[in-house]
Amino acid sequence: MMTDSIIRDHIPDREPPIKNRGLFGWIRVNLFSTWYHSIITLLLFWAVSNILVFLFDWGILNAVWVGDSAKSCPNMEGACWAFITDRWKLIVYGLTPAESHWRINLFYALAGITALSFVISFGKYSSKIRTVFFIGFPVVSYFLLLGGILGLSNIEPDKWGGLVLTLVVACCGIFGSIPLGLILALGRYSKLPVIHYVCAGFIEFWRGVPLIVVIVTFVALLPIFIPDGAKIDVVVRTLIAFAVFNSAYMAEVFRGGLQSINAGQFEASKSIGLTYWQMMGYIVLPQAIRNSVPALVNTCISVFKETTLILLIGFSDLLGIVQISLEDPTWLGPPHIFASGYTFVAIVFFIFCYGVSRYSRRLENRSNLSNEG
Amino acid sequence: MKDKENLDDGDTIIEFQGVNKWFGNFHVLKDIDLNVAKGERIVICGPSGSGKSTLIRCINRLEEHQEGRVTVDGIELTDDVKNIDAIRSEVGMVFQSFNLFPHLSVIDNLVIGQHLVRKLPKLEAQEIAINYLKRVQIDDQADKFPGQLSGGQQQRVAIARSLCMKPKIMLFDEVTSALDPEMVKEVLDVMIDLAKEGMTMLVVTHEMGFAREVADRVMFMDEGQIIEENKPDNFFDKPESDRAKLFLSQILHQ
Repeated sequence: MMTDSIIRDHIPDREPPIKNRGLFGWIRVNLFSTWYHSIITLLLFWAVSNILVFLFDWGILNAVWVGDSAKSCPNMEGACWAFITDRWKLIVYGLTPAESHWRINLFYALAGITALSFVISFGKYSSKIRTVFFIGFPVVSYFLLLGGILGLSNIEPDKWGGLVLTLVVACCGIFGSIPLGLILALGRYSKLPVIHYVCAGFIEFWRGVPLIVVIVTFVALLPIFIPDGAKIDVVVRTLIAFAVFNSAYMAEVFRGGLQSINAGQFEASKSIGLTYWQMMGYIVLPQAIRNSVPALVNTCISVFKETTLILLIGFSDLLGIVQISLEDPTWLGPPHIFASGYTFVAIVFFIFCYGVSRYSRRLENRSNLSNEG
Repeated sequence: MKDKENLDDGDTIIEFQGVNKWFGNFHVLKDIDLNVAKGERIVICGPSGSGKSTLIRCINRLEEHQEGRVTVDGIELTDDVKNIDAIRSEVGMVFQSFNLFPHLSVIDNLVIGQHLVRKLPKLEAQEIAINYLKRVQIDDQADKFPGQLSGGQQQRVAIARSLCMKPKIMLFDEVTSALDPEMVKEVLDVMIDLAKEGMTMLVVTHEMGFAREVADRVMFMDEGQIIEENKPDNFFDKPESDRAKLFLSQILHQ
């Protein structure tokens, strides 16, 4: 039997209950909602505050900031930043001659401005300004760092060192491997068996060998196999090794992005008559690359950190310079000097990697906007 | 409405002759013979897996047939890429899952094909795009992204995207199946308008009201075959084949 019909009046929207609002509401709901939640909160607060107090005591209160040898840092309870301030020129400029330090300064300034141009918005000119910097920066840097044009004296690449070398290897490794990886991913995605298997084989090969082996092979063994190989500068060979090795990882990142694209996107593109390259260039890749950003940034960060491996073939990158300086008799001493040196390297790497990571979060948030609104 | 007997060969725009297709070993299209006249509206229905979608996807070669001939507007579909491109520019298609480009705004979804394929300058393409968006009554959403629209709105944009390529033939592949019930009508209304303007349409759908109102012919497919062809009223009121009777009794009892 049917029940009688029930009709209800419209209910207007109301404010949420007061205990869920404001700062106290937030603290109660998020930090102390249950007794075990409260215990976890208090324990973690206690642990984090202890660590912060220790770092503050060690790194700032008890630290020595100025000095010229290991004797300046007798206090084991504090960091020895004197080691860094004493050697900062080596860390920043490597072994480049003093009269060309202005060129290195200009390189850093340009790098900073280029990075800024991607963070600041210039309204409708944003993409144009960014393109100018993105293309201009490597070109100008090439001449600034190598010289040989407009009366700039030549600097041999093996004189680069410290942060300059780290940045050059990282940038070439990242921006060389991305386009190569994209081509490999497209090849692996191809329906033509020859292209597919050549690309897949290339990717699997480079992913299967350790980076150290690749670098040593390129630097030490290549000249033996190919006589002309010796003519290519050793730094350039290292850069190529980095780019080729990492392109295999980049290719897999982009392949993931390509696989995330729905078959319907391909069909819709074909049905309005786009050619293969138009479909890839305007519809598929823009979405695939956007979907690849988190994994892409992850790979970029690991490439950046892997640059430290070049110290094994005798290059003095940021880590290499610090390590060499630590072995210098004037700074041989108690282990806290070592700790200070490595902490400094860690802080520099962390700043760069964290910056890149924040930037990628911004990109992700922006692309979510246009996808879901 | 045109009578089939009065059509002469010059009016035929799509022709299937003995078309067969397999997915692996699965025989999905069996000896399909089909003539579609210019301006004709055909509704194709049948149980899922019967090959209806595959049939219309052979017309713009999203699927390849393996035997027989498919001729569209006088061009035979072969592996020749130029033929495929020529036919795709004359055949518009609307999909069940809309397939708008999510990274482009609504208006850019309409501009990109005109700009890249029809080589129109962007400004002109934008004007045309706005006109078609007005036609499907969604021009006020032109700068939004597809993800910000409802399903019905997205599907109307998808129809406008196909129309602004100025196709001679429109294919609709279950375009209302993924929509919430209250949005089906807004999409069907656009399609009815289009039919009244004389567009050649092949529509895969189970919307009987739509079929009765606009279709010249209903084709019922099952297991890769066209089992029955009939006038819509005849087909829905007194189907002749047993399989069509069974099918109709099932969709009516849903």
